[in-house]
Order: sequence, then structure tokens, then C-alpha cells
Amino acid sequence: MASATTTRTRSAKKGLAAVLFYTFIALIVLVSVLPLLWIFKMSIITNSELFASPPTIWPQHPTGASWRQIFNNPGFLGAIRNSAIISALTTVFCLLFGSMAAYAISRLRFNFKGSVLTLILAISFFPGVAIIGPLFKQFSELHLINTYWSAIIADTVFSLPLTVWLLVAFFKELPKDLEDAAKVDGATTIQALYKVVIPLAAPGVATTAILTFIYAWNEFLFANTFLLTQNTQTLTVVIPNFATVHTVDYGAQAAATIVATVPLVILVLIFQRRIVSGLTAGAVKG
Amino acid sequence: MTTANEQRKARGKRVRGLIGKSGEFRNPERRLAYYMVLPTLLIILAVAFYPVADSIWLSLHQATLTVTGPFVGFKNYLLLFQDSVFQQALANTVIFTVASVTIEFVLGFAVALALNRPFRGRGLVRAAVLIPWVLPTVISAVMWRLMLQDQIGVLSYAAHALGLVHQPILLNHTYLLIASILVDAWQTTPFIALLLLAGLQTIPADVYEAARVDGASTVQRFLRITVPLLKPTILVAVLFRTLDAYRVYDLFYGMANRQLESLSTYVYEGVRITQLQFATGNAAAVFIFVTAFLVALFFIKVLGMRTATEE
Repeated sequence: MASATTTRTRSAKKGLAAVLFYTFIALIVLVSVLPLLWIFKMSIITNSELFASPPTIWPQHPTGASWRQIFNNPGFLGAIRNSAIISALTTVFCLLFGSMAAYAISRLRFNFKGSVLTLILAISFFPGVAIIGPLFKQFSELHLINTYWSAIIADTVFSLPLTVWLLVAFFKELPKDLEDAAKVDGATTIQALYKVVIPLAAPGVATTAILTFIYAWNEFLFANTFLLTQNTQTLTVVIPNFATVHTVDYGAQAAATIVATVPLVILVLIFQRRIVSGLTAGAVKG
Repeated sequence: MTTANEQRKARGKRVRGLIGKSGEFRNPERRLAYYMVLPTLLIILAVAFYPVADSIWLSLHQATLTVTGPFVGFKNYLLLFQDSVFQQALANTVIFTVASVTIEFVLGFAVALALNRPFRGRGLVRAAVLIPWVLPTVISAVMWRLMLQDQIGVLSYAAHALGLVHQPILLNHTYLLIASILVDAWQTTPFIALLLLAGLQTIPADVYEAARVDGASTVQRFLRITVPLLKPTILVAVLFRTLDAYRVYDLFYGMANRQLESLSTYVYEGVRITQLQFATGNAAAVFIFVTAFLVALFFIKVLGMRTATEE
């Protein structure tokens, strides 16, 4: 290559690299977001437009018919309530049990600490389906089938590893002096945990709560196994059934999936940084 | 007060006998630690480990949901392995796991490397990438199913127009399996990307600088610095994804309306829908549990993954 053109080629190369780079970034964003926007579009067009071939890009005659249909369906409204109750209670129980366990693991000395942590974390590798048979049997005997409790108990156990793991990582980041000072002033360990450590670790605890809530909101296997009627079924159970029972109501299906995902998208947009920090906490200790 | 103290002492002695280390349970800090982990341990043992033992027990008996019959040894397992539906489910699951994890790893690495470069709007891009990951799997499956529907689906239209497919996608097992792999890649590539990105950010920049000064090329720097330093993160990410893909249930359920079997949907059918197969369903459940355990063991022992408990 002629030396006179070298610098130009180099800058052209650099320019090309930048173009490729930003094209790749744009592609990542489009692929992530476009499907959701398309489904939203499907939820606001008429049935005849849904069947148009080739498909329309922009909605021709936007309509709220599909949205009215799902919000006039009491079963669907009930499912939103069921999902909210089950996820919220699961989060509360996980934080209650998880904060104690995580405090003991991150702050107190005892033998078998490694075994305890391994036992808890092993659950996150556990195929949930391996236990649905026996659990269904036991929950039937305890008359828990088709109650919120069946889902809450199973969800709590399977999200506890995540809760404990995250809280241990966040508690470890706190300096120990403040608790020691509280203890010198006569606070018990439990008081130090709830009056000093948790308030100080509030951002971490909030992150943990968000991720636990998302986990429970998204849970499907246990809900689909233990919740038998619309009185207790969550959105994740109702929507796929909606898709097979009302096969032709594609617009309503589209609207329903948007309803199930909107709370999560909002959480992501607000707490993006925290969710990423939680997601990666501990997994990449240098 | 005295009696309470005496009781506590007595209990301390008993436990010391049990644990075999003097003072372990007498020390108030240590005793408190056990009390604090106890609720978590109890609920995990009762709701996760005990049912696994029960699964094993049921799989060795002639059993239905309500009646556990006589001991039959490994007969249920023989029936299981001879069942062509199970064989198909196993094949689907293995193909799905290997293909989706491979695609996710390659794409995730590329995305992580791209996001590791500072540029304007990186936070927004990261938020956008998180969106597929945060959706309930079964719901995103229903969404993609809508886009793959024969008459109304935009992807079905595009695939037919490009001549990629010649029959309705949702009615063909091979197409359904490929579609499921791609949807899984769409949904969980962000997870791998963000884990690897966090790992990349722990590698100090001066390591690269030193290599560059020594004349290492981009490829050399990637293979000799990035990959080895990232190995622990890579192993964690790939193990998590492998075990997660191996128990695939939500995705197949939502995408295929029970026309595509995985090991998990097979167990579900057995223990919840066709109650006659309760015992074989439990045998399949044990099979999943044991094989998943072996995969985890392989990662930890053979590939040398560091576990969280070593500090």
C-alpha cells in the first residue's frame, strides 16, 4: 500500500469500524425492543388488519377494542390481583428469612458455614420439576392446593437462594464498626441487624426485593401445577390458557401479554443500574 | 431463670456431643448464627430436599397420586427409557440446551465486548438489553407464538416470503424446536452479556496496555488476556444457563401448546395430567435431577469452577 494513502486508509478503517460498531449497537437495541412494540401494535389494530397480508407497518385504524375486552374480563383482573399478592408475599417472606440467614453467613462465625451456604445455593441449580409430583401430593394432604400458599411456599423456597446470595454480597460491603458500636451501646445482634445493618444496606435490600419480586411474578411451573381455578391463578397461568381457549382473539392475547410485562419494563427502566448490580453481584468477584 | 439456664446448659452438652466440637453451641454468637439460618434451612429441607427423596421413593414403587403400591425396583425406569415420547423429550431437551447455550454464549460475548466500550447512551442500551431478560418466559413465548402464527404472524409472513419454510411454523416439530432455540437466545443472551460485561470491567486496563506495548495483536490480547481472566465468570454463566435450559418448561409450554416435549413437560404430563403415569413421571423427575447434578459436578470438578463457598 502506498505510503501517501496510509493515513487516509487508517482513518477510513477507523470510520468503518465506528460505523460497524454503532450498527451493531443499534441492532442490539432494535432486536431487544422491537418485538414488544410489534405486539403492542397488534393489540391496538382491528381484527381485519391483523389478518392483512402483507402485514401493515403502522396501525391503520387504532382501536381500544382488545384492551376493553381484557379489562372487562373479571378472570383477567383477578389474575393481576393474584400475581400481585403472591409475588408481594413471596418477597416479604424471602426478605424475612433471607436477611437473618444472610446476616449469620456474612457476619457471624460458626462451623458448617460453607455447608449451609452450599445447601442453600444448591436450590438454584434444582430442577423445580423434579419435585412437583411429591409436593402436589403433600400440598393436597395439607389442603393447600389451589390456595395462594401453595405458590407462595414453593416460590419462597426457590427464590431464597437468590435473596440470600444477594444479601450476603451487600452485607459484606458494609463496614462492621457501626454494628459493633451499636452492640457496645447494648443492642442485641438482632437489633443491630434490623436497626443498623438493614437501613444501611437499604439500596442493596431494595435491589434484592426487586429481583425477588420479578422472580415470583415470572414464576410459571409451580403456579401452573398448584393453582387450579381462576380464583387463584396468576397472569403467567391465565395468559397461555387465554391463548389456547380464545384462539381467535389474537388482539386480546397481545394486549394481555403487554399487561403482564409493563410492570417489569417500568422496573427495568427505573432500576436498571441496581438490577444489573444485583444480577452480577458475587458472580464476578475478581 | 435457673431452670432455663440449666436447660440451656443441658442442651449445649447434648449438641456438643452431636457436633463433636467443644463449645460450638455454647458460644452465644455461634448459637445465634444457627438460630438465624434455621428457618431458611428448615423450609428448604422440607419443601425441596424431602420431596426429592420422596420422588426417588415413588419412582421405585407402583404408585399413583393417591396410592403408593408395592415396590417394583427399577421397572418404572425401564418403562421410562422404552417410552418413545420420553426419548423424543430427551432428544429435544439436549438439542435445545446445547444449541441455545452455544448461541447465547457467542452472542452474549459479542454484546459484552461492545458494551464494554464507553459510548454515549450506554446506560439506555443496557436498559434495552435487560427488557427481554426480565419478561416472564411463558409470556414472551406467547408473544413470539403470535408473531409465528400462520395467518397473522409477521415472522411467519417473512419466513414464507423468503422461502425459508413451506408449512405453518407452529405445526412442524423441527420449526418449533428451532423457533424455541431462537426465542430462548433472544431472552437470555442479555443475562450472559451482563455477567460477562461485569467480568470484563474487573480486568484492569493497564494489563491490556502492557500487552499492547509488548506488541500483542487484538486477537492475541483477547485469547491470552480476556479469555483466561474471564474464565471464572464464563463458567458461572455457562453453568447457570445450561442447567436453566436443561429444565426448559415455560418456553415449550407457551410456544408449542403442548406439542413439543421437553423432559420437564414430560414430567408435568406424567404427574399432573395423565395420572396413570405418576410413577414413570417421578422416574423422569429423578432422571432430570440426577443428570442436572452430574452436569453441575462436571463444571465444578472437571472444569475447575470456583464455588461461592470457597473464600
